[in-house]
Amino acid sequence: MLRLEGIDAFYGDLQALYDVSLEVEQGRVFALVGANAAGKSTTLRVISGLVTPRRGRVVLDGQDLTTVPAHARVDLGVVQVPEGRRLFPFMSVTENLLLGAHTPRARAERDATLKYVYTLFPVLAERRGQLAGSLSGGEQQMCAIGRALMARPRVLMLDEPTLGLAPVLVKRIFDTVRTINADGMTIMLVEQNVRQALTLAQRAAVLESGHLVLHGQGAALLADERLKRAYLGM
Amino acid sequence: MDPARRLGRAQIDVFAQLGVSTILLGGIYALIAVGLTLIFGIMRVVNFAHGEFLMLGMYLGFWAFTLLSMDPWFVLFVSIPLFFGIGVLTYVLVMKGVIHASHNVQIFTTVGLSTALQNTALVLWSGDFHTVRPWHALRPIRMLGTAFNLSQVVAFVIALTLTVLLFAFMRFTHTGRVMRATAQDRDAAILMGIDTDRVYRITFALGIAAVGAAGVLVSPLYAVYPTAGLQFVLLSYVVVVLGGLGDMVGALIGSLIVAAVEVAGSYWFGTAWKEIFYFLLFIGVLVFRPAGLFGQRGAENLGV
Repeated sequence: MLRLEGIDAFYGDLQALYDVSLEVEQGRVFALVGANAAGKSTTLRVISGLVTPRRGRVVLDGQDLTTVPAHARVDLGVVQVPEGRRLFPFMSVTENLLLGAHTPRARAERDATLKYVYTLFPVLAERRGQLAGSLSGGEQQMCAIGRALMARPRVLMLDEPTLGLAPVLVKRIFDTVRTINADGMTIMLVEQNVRQALTLAQRAAVLESGHLVLHGQGAALLADERLKRAYLGM
Repeated sequence: MDPARRLGRAQIDVFAQLGVSTILLGGIYALIAVGLTLIFGIMRVVNFAHGEFLMLGMYLGFWAFTLLSMDPWFVLFVSIPLFFGIGVLTYVLVMKGVIHASHNVQIFTTVGLSTALQNTALVLWSGDFHTVRPWHALRPIRMLGTAFNLSQVVAFVIALTLTVLLFAFMRFTHTGRVMRATAQDRDAAILMGIDTDRVYRITFALGIAAVGAAGVLVSPLYAVYPTAGLQFVLLSYVVVVLGGLGDMVGALIGSLIVAAVEVAGSYWFGTAWKEIFYFLLFIGVLVFRPAGLFGQRGAENLGV
């Protein structure tokens, strides 16, 4: 459904991605794991259009997105939950969620999606009038996921959704990802929680210093000797 | 002679008169400053040509009155869409190219635009002072020991109405929400599908429409000439810094403070002193409370 073909990406002179190709299949969870600064976030930023690759293509259902501006990709269904949540801190939870439904396509279904998000995260309904900046870390992450869902994504990209969260909340977020996926959402997940991410994902890839070094089924990668040594401390 | 006595036989209560003058003046200053602070809050650009758009609004009021005998109040219906259009055009032709440039480049650009507009006005319409005297500028109103003319009151009411409408627009409409979101986190806004270029275009156009309307409203109250905008734009920097950069409510309060300083300073010391007083205030704020009088509210106020 979503395909990267031979992506080279740079920050200035610094090359962040080398010839990265991967495919996210419809209705599945795809996990991209790796150490800090391996290029995981850059890969997502290339897909969402915040970073323009120097070489290679981003293709969604056969349509080349490479030259489509970032904001227009959202209308095509590519929606990213950025690392660190990046909520609008001085706006209420409701305002944040409503901003998610900005594209005409999403606005047409705004009320129904809002109801879905509040069912998924009842705590957001309780805190709807509160400023997003005053929420706890876990609540902020839920709000950020909710805001992205408001855009009616076809592919939902999550960048380190469990970063800095307590273990009980990490589990809560992973459960949520599972639920959203079960509701039919295609998900691309970037994670440092390698074990949990690979357990959840049907397909996965490992990035190392900008190179895609492993690629396969989540469960198979979990059993891979190299990966075990590098990321699971086994 | 006591300035109050020039107003004639009727009893003038000095403090009531100063209060009324402050409020009337403050409302108009607010409409000027609110456009400046809106553009700064959302786009992070200080528009040094802001006063020149005010000057263009004043000339519009003048020419419409002189050539077409059109009352400035009615000119507003033309000026608001016209200046919105001028704002869009200026954004596309000038501002768009420097929106992501360094502050130095932006300052040179808007100062250059200011000089260009002043000199265009000078070439087209000469440096003569013009006045607009519709019937309501000559209609004094005396009430509760105060005196003012109808032009001032209506200008105040319209300016306040437009300012409140702009507040409401920012607070309650989807577009207003989108503008505030862009100010708070531009990348996150893009990831929501927001076209930030369009946001900046609308922001700039709204700011220019507001200051253009203010120009038309003050045309019966002040002389119209190519550098007429300067006196207002200087004080609107004071207003904006007092209220906190980018804070629209702060701009409203700052306008009243500057108006009070101007009115009181002019009354007790003479009009020549008014700029000295509010620039002393300005320097004082910059030294002691650089985030504005209302404390360190920080990015909270971006946009509203």
